Amino acid sequence: MEPDEELLRRLRAGDERAFVVLVQRYNGAMFRLALSFVDSRAVAEEVVQETWLAALRGLGRFEGRSSLKTWLFTILVNRARTTGVRESRSVPVADAGPAVDASRFGPSGTWASPPEQWIEEAENRVDAAKLSELLQSSFDALPARQREVVLLRDVEELSSTEVCTVLAISEANQRVLLHRGRSKLRQSLESELGGGVR
Amino acid sequence: MRFSLTFWRRRSRSRALVCQEVVELVTDYLEDALSAADRGRLEEHLAGCPHCTEYLAQMRETIRLAGRLTPADLTPDMTSELTDLYRLWRAEG
Repeated sequence: MEPDEELLRRLRAGDERAFVVLVQRYNGAMFRLALSFVDSRAVAEEVVQETWLAALRGLGRFEGRSSLKTWLFTILVNRARTTGVRESRSVPVADAGPAVDASRFGPSGTWASPPEQWIEEAENRVDAAKLSELLQSSFDALPARQREVVLLRDVEELSSTEVCTVLAISEANQRVLLHRGRSKLRQSLESELGGGVR
Repeated sequence: MRFSLTFWRRRSRSRALVCQEVVELVTDYLEDALSAADRGRLEEHLAGCPHCTEYLAQMRETIRLAGRLTPADLTPDMTSELTDLYRLWRAEG
């Protein structure tokens, strides 16, 4: 795979094909991120296009201090936040429930209803298509702010510092959102796949 | 994070962790954001608790599976619109 730096060099030299390769590399992820912020696919597409145009226009200012992906995502989030903003309707910390429902612990805080096994099921028995469908719908069901953080950290595999830069949130806030989001995904997997062994 | 922080402070300080606290610390643990002391207490708990060990393994598996979510493929329409956009930008000079 051709490194971003090389593609950027070619892009600056006016090579259209370099742009097409970058689009193929990042557009899907950008579109998915945009969908976290706005309500419709049409608006998300618009946000992504505006992002590419802003990136092309700002190409001279990109110094490579962050990765290209982080830079593109940061532009996108800024655009998305001024555009449609599904986010304004969700209150950030309102959803601060426990990682695991309190009813599953006894009075002393030890497991009363321990985690049901599902890893073996997910890795060896469930049909891959079914598993990815299950994951996708659990992911889509996350509150927007949690979904954004899980998407950037666990799906796109940005560092936590990069996630904070892209979303303009603190490390602590980032970890809370990540924790809630991951915990919910785990719970969905357990609910759907668990119970095979016990 | 109000829930787990107050919960945590109330119960912290040298006492052993209980499972309900452990599940709230798992992300900080995996993100390497715990103090050395808390990390030690958590690992001590894990060493004696198969359920929390399973829980941690499930969180790791969840993260691994999330990494496999694939973005939607580009529609040919979107690709050609972006190529137009590029040409427009080039024309801007």
